[in-house]
Amino acid sequence: MFSLLCFLSLQKSILERVREAVEGKSNSIVMRLFGSSVSYIRGCLFRVLSVGPVPSHLAFILDGNRRYARKWNLGEGMGHRAGFLSLMTIMKYCYQLGVKYVTIYAFSIDNFKRKPDEVQAVMDLMLEKIEGLLKEERIIKQYGVRVEFVGNLKLLSDAVRVAAEKAMRATAVNSRAILLIAVAYTSTDEIVHAVHESRLDIGEAKGVIKVDDVEKHMYMGVAPDPDILVRTSGETRLSNFLLWQTSSSLLYSPRALWPEMGLRHLVWAVLNFQRVQPYLERRRKKLM
Amino acid sequence: MVSLQFRICFIPSHLKLQLPVPRRSLDLKLPPRALSSAIKAATVNGHPGEDAGFLRGTAVPAGLRRESMPRHVAVIMDGNRRWARMRGLPVGSGYEAGVRALRRMVELCCKWGIRVLTVFAFSSDNWFRPKVEVDVLMALFDRGLREELQYLVSADVRISIIGDSTKLFNSLQALLANAMETTSKNSKLHLIVAVNYSGRSDVVQACQKLAVKVKDGVIEPEDINELVVERELGTNCTDFPHPDLLIRTSGELRVSNFLLWQLAHTELYFTNSLWPDFGEDEFLLALSSFQERQRRYGC
Repeated sequence: MFSLLCFLSLQKSILERVREAVEGKSNSIVMRLFGSSVSYIRGCLFRVLSVGPVPSHLAFILDGNRRYARKWNLGEGMGHRAGFLSLMTIMKYCYQLGVKYVTIYAFSIDNFKRKPDEVQAVMDLMLEKIEGLLKEERIIKQYGVRVEFVGNLKLLSDAVRVAAEKAMRATAVNSRAILLIAVAYTSTDEIVHAVHESRLDIGEAKGVIKVDDVEKHMYMGVAPDPDILVRTSGETRLSNFLLWQTSSSLLYSPRALWPEMGLRHLVWAVLNFQRVQPYLERRRKKLM
Repeated sequence: MVSLQFRICFIPSHLKLQLPVPRRSLDLKLPPRALSSAIKAATVNGHPGEDAGFLRGTAVPAGLRRESMPRHVAVIMDGNRRWARMRGLPVGSGYEAGVRALRRMVELCCKWGIRVLTVFAFSSDNWFRPKVEVDVLMALFDRGLREELQYLVSADVRISIIGDSTKLFNSLQALLANAMETTSKNSKLHLIVAVNYSGRSDVVQACQKLAVKVKDGVIEPEDINELVVERELGTNCTDFPHPDLLIRTSGELRVSNFLLWQLAHTELYFTNSLWPDFGEDEFLLALSSFQERQRRYGC
């Protein structure tokens, strides 16, 4: 257990990686050898974890980017960029572990209430990253990831919406892993949208809506319910995210800010999931 | 903190009771920004005039700030059966101890000025428990309500039931209806008991009611929005339908289909205490944790 803690703490923080990239140290042979050893050990750790049940769907609320920027005096907007680096790392770990669905709460409808320049910075970052994704496709191709943008996309600017639709089309053929990015999303808006769609679907004559009708028309209907919902920065609330889908999900709220989220938090979440999963599975079978 | 977490999670569950409940100091001071957020949270339901009534005549315990007390507390009363098993008692004793804990909670809420207390008494998923257990629970509801109705009246507590009560046996339905009517004018504390309740079913029944209203021409389809849906939910019996704080006992970290829509911005608090052991100290810890939170509502 002590050696596991040591290993987990060796996983570099996002800040250290940013600093090394800026200082040009990341290309040294020693660092590359170190990186390869860490990857190998991580792979062994995931193989051990895979002996027990592995969650098929992890959802993340990426909280704490602004606090991270304030904590390290990074300047306006840099917290979200650090958060993006963390996202790439966590996605890589999830897909290496064998998690099929990863959902992230990138931007809530409530976030439009923030300062306009902050909202614009996030939108610009999103556009930059979506376009970068389409150009390079490294992680996408390596793991066969399909990208889905879920939410009320009509609330986004045309540029971001068009880029998102393009990214969805470009990755539609992939099926090994699915990344769901909740943008302009709130659960209550999703439910109202599902109700409108259900009404149109079943017609006005019947006037009876069932649970299955609502679920079929959810933005999140493309994925099963999350097994674990992780919210970073120690806040323990759902903030209008996946209220419908997380009724039986394990909730985990580490104190680390999102850019500080690391392998040790992911491993801890999975271990807790493995502890309760047999009970939840028995309960799910009884309810079927 | 990391070592404490390891200790809790790798010890077999039957030994967990012997571990101390982690206690935090109650004399933490929040920065002014958090205080203004807390005051904003106190007026989030848009009833600033209510604050005067909300705060008047209440005895807030030392260490807590009056202006940051939650208006609506929800509780998932988990752990009754485990409590009984640990003591070698029948499951019914666990539920009876749970009723006593609920009575304590109601008294504390009345004393500390909390306006609404919603408790998850029986989930629609609980019908799959052994029939003997379900019968014991139903009998306990019946007996508990008969014995406590007088107390509720004298303590100025209004009781409401949410969930599908049509599956309950007739005498219990009649008793519940009578209790709701008898206490309908009470105003100190609104006790909402969720019986045969499911958050998803609550949302679906609200949508069904709206579909009927559209069919009857009462509202237009394009008028259906979040506020309209919310008015049809079971919690429309109260002016404060959104819990500020949700407490779940027994260490389970999930919401279990309770008040899904209403929990959008609720602060969640999980404790390892089993429900029959949840008393004033544990409630103070929960309230203290609530008062340390910074509620931003997406901003």
